[in-house]
Amino acid sequence: MLKVRVIPCLDVKDGRVVKGVQFLELRDAGDPVESAIAYDAAGADELCFLDITASHEDRGTLIDVVTRTAEACFMPLTVGGGVRTLDDIRTLLLAGADKVSIMTAAVHDRSLVSRAAEKFGTQCIVVAIDAKKVSQDHEPPRWEIFTHGGRKPTGLDAIAYAREVTDLGAGELLLTSMDRDGTKVGYDVALTRAIADAVHVPVIASGGVGSLQHMVEGIRDGHASAVLAASIFHFGTYTINEAKQALADAGLPVRMDA
Amino acid sequence: MNIVIIDYGSGNLHSAHKAFERVVRDHNLGMTVTLTSDAEVVRKADRIVLPGVGAFADCRRGLDAVAGMHEVLDEVVLKQGRPFLGICVGMQLLASHGREYETSEGLGWIPGEVVKIEPDDPALKIPHMGWNTLNNAHPHALLEGIPTGPAGWNAYFVHSYHLKAEHPSHVLATTDYGQPITAIVGRDNIVGTQFHPEKSQKLGLAFIANFLRWQP
Repeated sequence: MLKVRVIPCLDVKDGRVVKGVQFLELRDAGDPVESAIAYDAAGADELCFLDITASHEDRGTLIDVVTRTAEACFMPLTVGGGVRTLDDIRTLLLAGADKVSIMTAAVHDRSLVSRAAEKFGTQCIVVAIDAKKVSQDHEPPRWEIFTHGGRKPTGLDAIAYAREVTDLGAGELLLTSMDRDGTKVGYDVALTRAIADAVHVPVIASGGVGSLQHMVEGIRDGHASAVLAASIFHFGTYTINEAKQALADAGLPVRMDA
Repeated sequence: MNIVIIDYGSGNLHSAHKAFERVVRDHNLGMTVTLTSDAEVVRKADRIVLPGVGAFADCRRGLDAVAGMHEVLDEVVLKQGRPFLGICVGMQLLASHGREYETSEGLGWIPGEVVKIEPDDPALKIPHMGWNTLNNAHPHALLEGIPTGPAGWNAYFVHSYHLKAEHPSHVLATTDYGQPITAIVGRDNIVGTQFHPEKSQKLGLAFIANFLRWQP
């Protein structure tokens, strides 16, 4: 049986982990590669690097991080942040990323998704969707795509957009609720479920996780195939194993053999 | 002893290369692991690995674009019987043909075709992406020491198509995704995995170690 996936996400800036991974006894809490190795050993099912380096010119450090991670970790690695062109994707894949996540560039030019899928295969093209609820409480729910960390509305309906990019060849969606991101009150389960039920590809739930029960909800009620979390793992609130145990206790299939 | 991983422009081979090197080091196997796109280097290799990422037809074109590669593979794998491992699309290429986007010829070493996975249950997402266990159809040296079955170790899969072999005896293991999905095929000195050993942590490294020691 296919297992649900638990994915720690590291924000990387100028080749360093933002805020650092604090639970692991690392020599260098800011080194993404050392953190990746520790998460690999801890049983993470995949790893995600999100590059938030401001300048496109400084991305060499990210490539180096990806290369060194792929040399040391024999687990799937998704890399995103600032990916704009087929060349950006190619460079990351050749450095050792298994999947590349596209966000803003796909909003501006949907053909990037189809061109990337044709060139590299749908299995390695993830489209990241940042969505925010725009309907009032008494209205039927409606979510819109936002860019620039949730500051910039695009007018695009999240469900329609999710369908469109998967039709164009996205092999997976990384769905972040910008209402919930950083709040620790739980994933937006209604949003997750609306998107997951609308598309035929796996959806990764992200944004708002604060407890193990939230992870269970993301999968069981949100119909996500995977759950992504950052701070609750980095700060040692929960271990990967505790997350998996909670999912297992809820009757969800997890990989415990790592 | 020299292991070659064939580089024919099909995606990233960095992880595969590093995973094989790591196993050679961990087990003191004293082998060299070489990435190559030179058919003559493959001709001299003791063990051959054919990876593959992307679409079947693309990979086939990539392989054909390397001068002499197909002939050398037929020679050293089919005639001389050297151990061969195909990974993901490199495994699918063993089939007679593939039906992804267009119909294209495979190597034909494992009769069968590569077809889209079409689960009856609409809740099952395509690609089949993530960790899944193996069900042994036939015992095999490459699975030695690797627990299989629902409580066994997991392998990492990411694919929308799978190889339907004509002869059940060529299916060494399946994985369950609403239906049995071909996970490992093989005969004689030839083996192919739909999953990625180089991304499958413990199971993957154990599988690679078995391949490197295999005496078919």
